[in-house]
Amino acid sequence: MGLLEPTLEALRRLAVLDPALWTVIGVSMQVSLAAMAIATPFAVGAGYLLAMTRFPGRRLLVVLVQSLLSFPTVVVGLLLYLLLSRQGPFGAWQLLFTREAMTIGQVVIAFPIVCAFTLAAVQAADPRLHETARLLGASPLRAAFTVLREVRFALVAAVLSGFGRVVSEVGCALLVGGNIAGHTRSIPTAIALETSKGAFIEGIALGIVLMVVALAVNVALAFSQGAGQGAAVAGHRYRSVARGAAGRPAAP
Amino acid sequence: MRKVLLRSWVRAGLAPGRQGVAALLCALVLVGVARAAEAPPGGSAVAQRPASERVIRMATTTSTENSGLLGWLLPPFEKVCGCSVRVVSVGTGAALKLGANGDADLVLVHARAAEDRFVAAGHGVDRRDVMYNDFVLVGPKADPAGVRSAGNAASALRAVAGRQQRFVSRGDESGTHQMELDLWKSAGGLPKWAGYLSAGRGMGEVLTMASELQAYALTDRGTWASMRGRLELAVLSEGDPALANPYGVIAVNPARHPGINARGARELIDWLTSPEGQARIASYKAGGETLFFPGVPKVTR
Repeated sequence: MGLLEPTLEALRRLAVLDPALWTVIGVSMQVSLAAMAIATPFAVGAGYLLAMTRFPGRRLLVVLVQSLLSFPTVVVGLLLYLLLSRQGPFGAWQLLFTREAMTIGQVVIAFPIVCAFTLAAVQAADPRLHETARLLGASPLRAAFTVLREVRFALVAAVLSGFGRVVSEVGCALLVGGNIAGHTRSIPTAIALETSKGAFIEGIALGIVLMVVALAVNVALAFSQGAGQGAAVAGHRYRSVARGAAGRPAAP
Repeated sequence: MRKVLLRSWVRAGLAPGRQGVAALLCALVLVGVARAAEAPPGGSAVAQRPASERVIRMATTTSTENSGLLGWLLPPFEKVCGCSVRVVSVGTGAALKLGANGDADLVLVHARAAEDRFVAAGHGVDRRDVMYNDFVLVGPKADPAGVRSAGNAASALRAVAGRQQRFVSRGDESGTHQMELDLWKSAGGLPKWAGYLSAGRGMGEVLTMASELQAYALTDRGTWASMRGRLELAVLSEGDPALANPYGVIAVNPARHPGINARGARELIDWLTSPEGQARIASYKAGGETLFFPGVPKVTR
């Protein structure tokens, strides 16, 4: 079976606004974007705190977050399933087989990714930046924003990685979403279904749609970064200025 | 490949020192293990069978595998035949696709119309009836749609839609899904209502989903029997002749795919339809219940 033919067919269906196809794409986008919107502030905050503060058990937390990076999504789905099932502790909420359940699962999957990337980015940032900001009289919160602003490109990469993982994730979405047509059928679960039907061509077409969607999100962010290239240089200048203002730190 | 391995082992064995001796011993053990692994399960009785015919690939539906039938049915055949049957269990649609692509030597499925199309398209030859069981309509024990009092399966489905109750459909073009669509057809078409959930998943997942959502669902009796202990559902409509579920076996056309094991497929089909194979099917029970009946259903649609 060729690749060209299904590609053209998928693009044609996109062009003629095939409602079934656009619903599937809409479910994927809605759930993944909502999950990233919820997870990102908390994950960035947690990553920043893990990088900048020292407390007993910190090392353990870092190891935990980093090992959660490779936590199988299907296990996240299984745990969530057991929690949300009729027999589970949150069964009364009737969340199983809804988009809300899928979103919760993706928040759980995205959190450690964004958190660990933030941690690494903040740790790699120039430590004098935070000191300088504090010396210049910034509040801890203000200093934190200064540091995070400095590493914002790494943060964008963190969010993109998280988004990439949740938008293409099938194990958890299938378990807690249930792949219900028009309600919880996302692009990856639709691909799994088409493959189980033996309809490989439709699967390939949807896979191409998924790649196009991922590419579009990345291009959009690349453009926003492109606009930020000048800012990056300005940020660099700002850093030198700040360094100059604070004076060269004493020899280490 | 084995020749290359042997040569390197021999070379290692000729090398002086303890390492060489150890390597030689390892090699001997490995060769022994490889021999044992390659030996047909039936032992020496059928050693003359060429290696290419010792494996039979069968694509089948999840119901035959999940119900435990194949684990009961195939070992005696494998012993007689001196070959091993590798089972890929997927939906009927996917099983037929595997057959059409030559990725299986034979298919065992349950969707008569699709089977006939498969044969007519030249993908398969020698279709035969093997066994049957039936479908049942399950739902919440309280039966809010009043399905229990419906006269037949089609009117039971109409009652579910009429009362706007939730119904979970396989939605995956499986044999069960095709049966459901046939029933809707005889019920005057599939109405559109928000409670109709097209799940696009296997029978087990759909039953679990129906139990979680307290919805109705159509299921084969085998999967139902193996899962009912874990479900908060009950059989609400059964016994309609339209719910008969016949299974057919088809050999993949060897003219289309010269590489397949046509002889093995034919032997397995012969055995399944032989008095011995049919008796074996009839004697299979799960949870004290007979799940498959040999032959063709008494009343066909």
